[in-house]
Amino acid sequence: MVKATTPKSVEELPYEAAFSELQDIVATLEGEPASLEQAMALFERGQALAMRCTKLLDQAELKVKRLSGTELVDLEED
Amino acid sequence: MQPSLFAAAQWTVTTLTKYVRDALESDVRLQDIWVEGEISNSSRPASGHLYFTLKDAGAALKCVMWRSSAARLELTLQDGMAVAAHGRIGVYEAGGQYQLYVDRLVPAGEGALYQEFLRLKAELAAEGLFDPERKRQIPASPRRIGVVTSPSGAALRDVLNTLRRRTPMLEVVLVPSAVQGEDAPAQLVQALSQLNGLPQRPDIILLVRGGGSIEDLWAFNDRQVVRAVAASEVPVISGVGHETDFTLSDFAADLRAPTPTAAAELATQTTGADLLEKTKSAALQLGNLLLELVRLRREELTSSASELRYYSPARRIQSDRQRLDEFGRRVQSAQSHRLALQFSELEGWRKRLLTLSPLEVLGRGYAVVTRRSDGVVIRKVQQARGGISVRVSDGEFDAEIPSRRA
Repeated sequence: MVKATTPKSVEELPYEAAFSELQDIVATLEGEPASLEQAMALFERGQALAMRCTKLLDQAELKVKRLSGTELVDLEED
Repeated sequence: MQPSLFAAAQWTVTTLTKYVRDALESDVRLQDIWVEGEISNSSRPASGHLYFTLKDAGAALKCVMWRSSAARLELTLQDGMAVAAHGRIGVYEAGGQYQLYVDRLVPAGEGALYQEFLRLKAELAAEGLFDPERKRQIPASPRRIGVVTSPSGAALRDVLNTLRRRTPMLEVVLVPSAVQGEDAPAQLVQALSQLNGLPQRPDIILLVRGGGSIEDLWAFNDRQVVRAVAASEVPVISGVGHETDFTLSDFAADLRAPTPTAAAELATQTTGADLLEKTKSAALQLGNLLLELVRLRREELTSSASELRYYSPARRIQSDRQRLDEFGRRVQSAQSHRLALQFSELEGWRKRLLTLSPLEVLGRGYAVVTRRSDGVVIRKVQQARGGISVRVSDGEFDAEIPSRRA
């Protein structure tokens, strides 16, 4: 079984990618029991992904833009 | 012709009144009508029913609005108010009165608009724009939401506050548009078109505006606007006016919300809080799975360790040794039997056989001599000539026969 190239650093992942990978890891561990070393590695990455998702959710801020002609500009709200 | 003073009456009050009632109530032109006039003598007794008179310069019409319809009235009736009433003509027999049974009451002028609304509704429905099959599913987790509304109204503020509260990890694209007046329809159409044409298209469009009269909301009944809503490839959620306001854009939208705030809520089915929950439960599941795996491995180790000990060479040797010991014991006990006699007899024969074996003979000094040229074993003197090979108890050596001896 050939693994893909080195996975991206967790800190660089956007929310969808991080959460999707987290779900994949859970599915993998639910399926065929891996070797203990593999399982530990997956577990640690999974934990890191979960923390990344939580952080992104906590820090999220609504981005509001206004279409002006063909440009998207920030909206000044009163 | 002079009426007879003593002619029999053709009618009773009841039969005559019933006749009048049937005549009026069976006339289709007197059912489902709009009447405009001025309110006077309005009253609302404890029963909850509404009684008033509609009048104009030439006549007066008694009206009654039953409690159920009256309860939904947004108008506060005042004498002198110009209104349009919708309903049917009927006859109240006990009171000897024809009256208008009112189910809808709106300010004067709106009656005409409402009829126009119904006409447009029929026309656009015939184009199939309101068909349920056309309506698309609203995506559950949008990343980008487009909003078409006035940039200065309360609707935008309400929508943004709602989105901020529920799904902060979201991008909103506002396309400002007039939401009433002459310019509104064209701007609304263009806004919808622009959002659909963005390189990064929104996942949902919210078409919203705050409450107002039927005239204020009229732009959302405009044919082009309704067609644009139906044609939008991006699913549209409409939230126009108050809960009881329906515009044709609402019918054409993929989903109608009663208010702008509700539209924002319907657009964000999965909230940030939901996502946080999912993340936490996934992390928990990870932990549980790993613990389970460790437990499984530990069990396997324990059982396979005992298997290993069972099959290892040490174990094998041990078992062999054990078997030998056992055999020895059996032999010993066997020797105490009659078999022991046979064993000792055999022992005697064994020793005799040993003495007769060639190796034993050689050990006593005899040799085996073979002629090297043809390998024949020399038993007689006359066979002895040339080179010979001599075999003794522990090996061989070569020799030459110099001459014969008699």
